[in-house]
Amino acid sequence: MIDWPLVSVIIFLPLIGALIILFIKEDELTSINIKWAALLATLGTFILSLILWLQFDYSNPSYQYEEKFRWFNDFNFFYHVGVDGISLFMILLSTFLTPLCILASWNNIKKRVKEYMLSFLFLETVMIGMFASIDILLFYIFFEAVLIPMYLIIGIWGGNRRIYASFKFFLYTLLGSVLMLIAIIVMYRNTSSMSIEFLQGNYFSYNTQLFLWLAFFASFAVKIPMWPFHTWLPDAHVEAPTAGSVILAGVLLKMGGYGFIRFSLGMLPEATEFFIPLIMTLSIVAIIYTSLVALAQTDIKKLIAYSSVAHMGIVTIGIFLVNQQGLEGAMMQMISHGLVSAALFLCVGVIYDRMHTREIEFYGGLVQRMPLYATVFMIFMLGSVGLPGTSGFIGEFLVIVGAFKFSSYVVIGAAFGIILSAVYMLYLYKRIIFGTITNNKLEDILDINTREKIILIPLAISVILLGIFPNLFLDPMRLSLELIITNYEIANAK
Amino acid sequence: MLNNIYNIFFIPEIFLACSSFVCLLFGLFLKRNAFRQTSNLAVFVLLLTILLVYYNSESNFANYKSLFSHSSFINFFKILALLGSIASIIISKDYFLGIKLKNFEIPVLFLFSTLGMMLMIASNNLMSMYLAIELQSLSLYVAAAIKRDSISSAESGVKYFILGALSSGILLYGFSLIYGFTGSMNFDDISYYLSKYDNLNLGLIFGLVFVMVGLAFKVSAVPFHMWTPDVYEGAPNSITGFFAIVPKIAAVALIYRFCLVPFENFYIEWSQIILFLSIASMFLGAVAAIAQSNIKRLLAYSSIGHIGYILIALVAANDDGIKAASIYMFSYMIMNVAIFAILLSLKVKNEYLINISDLKGLSKSNPIVSLSISIIMLSMAGIPPFIGFFGKFYVFIAAIERELYVLSVLGVLASVISAFYYLRIIKIMYFDESKSEGIINFQISFQSKIILSLSLFVIICFIFYPSLLINISASLTI
Repeated sequence: MIDWPLVSVIIFLPLIGALIILFIKEDELTSINIKWAALLATLGTFILSLILWLQFDYSNPSYQYEEKFRWFNDFNFFYHVGVDGISLFMILLSTFLTPLCILASWNNIKKRVKEYMLSFLFLETVMIGMFASIDILLFYIFFEAVLIPMYLIIGIWGGNRRIYASFKFFLYTLLGSVLMLIAIIVMYRNTSSMSIEFLQGNYFSYNTQLFLWLAFFASFAVKIPMWPFHTWLPDAHVEAPTAGSVILAGVLLKMGGYGFIRFSLGMLPEATEFFIPLIMTLSIVAIIYTSLVALAQTDIKKLIAYSSVAHMGIVTIGIFLVNQQGLEGAMMQMISHGLVSAALFLCVGVIYDRMHTREIEFYGGLVQRMPLYATVFMIFMLGSVGLPGTSGFIGEFLVIVGAFKFSSYVVIGAAFGIILSAVYMLYLYKRIIFGTITNNKLEDILDINTREKIILIPLAISVILLGIFPNLFLDPMRLSLELIITNYEIANAK
Repeated sequence: MLNNIYNIFFIPEIFLACSSFVCLLFGLFLKRNAFRQTSNLAVFVLLLTILLVYYNSESNFANYKSLFSHSSFINFFKILALLGSIASIIISKDYFLGIKLKNFEIPVLFLFSTLGMMLMIASNNLMSMYLAIELQSLSLYVAAAIKRDSISSAESGVKYFILGALSSGILLYGFSLIYGFTGSMNFDDISYYLSKYDNLNLGLIFGLVFVMVGLAFKVSAVPFHMWTPDVYEGAPNSITGFFAIVPKIAAVALIYRFCLVPFENFYIEWSQIILFLSIASMFLGAVAAIAQSNIKRLLAYSSIGHIGYILIALVAANDDGIKAASIYMFSYMIMNVAIFAILLSLKVKNEYLINISDLKGLSKSNPIVSLSISIIMLSMAGIPPFIGFFGKFYVFIAAIERELYVLSVLGVLASVISAFYYLRIIKIMYFDESKSEGIINFQISFQSKIILSLSLFVIICFIFYPSLLINISASLTI
């Protein structure tokens, strides 16, 4: 194994990059240096995180690469980080998407390049830190610190209603997460431990669990987001710059799912059992309702934003089925959605950069001028629909298989949502790509350039890879998920 | 015996009192640069006092028949007040010179007020407590009105004086009731006397309520906060800085000691009052600040909100509460020092900055300054990883230790509301497009730059080594 602090290096490498950028003076000529520095830092992080995957021990369900230092002297708070099967791919997702985001903003961010790159690097550090932390306080600090760069990214580089969207994003998610702080303190008081590893079990009385569960639910349901707490998402997505939407959809939404698995399932099993009907109802409503809303959208980004809520509905169903298929399906769906929705936002960014509008009406017949674009867009669109052979299929399929063990009503709801997702995505694709060009402005639109190819092709490859070799991803996470399910069943069998 | 007489001068309070007079004479006899020289001397004196407090911490010499008391909690808050005082004298020096207010009395007034605060923190007797409060307040009344030719300054001074005098009167009435019913002025004697009874009689309850009202005035807790925004707004910026940073420290220490020493057995009685004050302060501070356009009024409401959180820790009334209060007060002082160090150096069209909307475009003209303001604002909002978060975190730990779940939830809700106005400042600096650029000037003297950098360093880097402060505050006894 590795005898140097790999996880900490991965967490703090972007921050070191940010510190270097802080001392580069910004003007017309040097902004390219800033971009390169940011790209190198994030690429370096990505390569290091691949080592994490290559050296990962598949037969070990608990944390690996652990690092533990005493952080506060008076309480049992530690700087304690590590990676297990659940967090491994969340970290990889973050490190994979951030360099792509930097590339995606290479030309279209013209003002305040320095601050922009600083925000992204800081964001990467806190995202990775959050997924890697084994101490709840550390987790919370990273969890909330995510708000700062994201607030700035939406507010400074966003669209017309960016101020409204950034405030809504910040306050909405803050409201959710402060309640989690109270819950964390209550947990600490009852067990004198802040270790996520230790708290995986059943340490709290039934009533305490119910309250703690609700507090955690408040923060994760807003984050993931579940209907009816999703209203910040369309605003934030639409107003954020392309790269901001990518990170928001690709990683930040996964924080909610990750939290549900770790905290709700892992630490509060009895309360989870009690609240499963609630989650299932909300999820099915979310899937069907937001799919219908997506169908009615005229803005491409908004449509994809609503589709995210629907896909996250499938994730929450999968998580709260609490069986092997359901959880694996939920994890796969999260990874797949991270790649697909990120890619879809990047695709929207491509045509937005050229035409500066996201109205579906404006486009039509792009296949005539942009054949390559039409092809990659199709791959991602099919991935979002869940066509076999793409990543989306694995997740949805596993969740539905798992749901059969639970209730056939849930299956019907989820399947109906999947059909609707095919409807709105195919309809979107038809309107934008197919047909003849009716809008004169589109006559001389250019196909994707080399930079955009570098961004989109890795994503397309990984979407297909995930669809054809799901075991590459399922094997590392299997034992960790089994551990959570076993704990859950032991707790509820009493 | 002779040895002892010399030792008297090494008692921090006596040293500070004597040195304050020396400063006064020093300023009087200086022909030029009196203000600057006196300020420097005052800073030097305060630094020496800190050393004396630090090294005298074990001695029991200055009890004066238990008029004053000694404990680690007292020493911690004394040092905090002295540090705040030093910082605010240094950061305000250039501002005073800038507005041509060169009265050398100002640093001397600060010294006397600081002396009053040290006595306030240490007082162990109703009478000494009252006198200390008066010494502190009288200096501050004068300071608020020091800009004689300005209507707003005079108004704020008079307002502060009248309301302060009213609160002192109420306080004194409460003291007389407590004295009348217990027969003693000494905290320990009162505590001993009260320990014989299970509940307070009507007279003592009245006395307690009156004292609480008076103390609530001093810490500016809602509903006795009305003077704060007006005085903050009217006084010259640097005096406002002093008001925001230092007297709060002393008043908080006093209210803690008053509740936890003589009345520690009557938790139920006083905790209801504090509970109400706390909730009201948090919410009013959060909501009222949203509508403010003047940065000083905004900071006034923000400080009212902070007091609400500190009072949560008092309601908790356990060791964790004392710890939380000291950590919170430390972070409060650091954040206010930092924000005032910046405000006192920002000029818009040659006027010192007052309106929040004037910050527009600051991120373009002064990226570092606007970044610093953003960090301070996020820290005040309690967003990790900055120091403000840890203050709030410890407060909630203390509250949950007491099983005050509803209060904690209300506290976090108020913190979300207050996040809105802190974010608004960031929004104005970063998100709003400014039409005219370069109208904001940032000129800072070397000394305030050091203070600013130090406090920013603490705000940002506290997370890496929290144990330093937390160990100290965990060992405090009241």
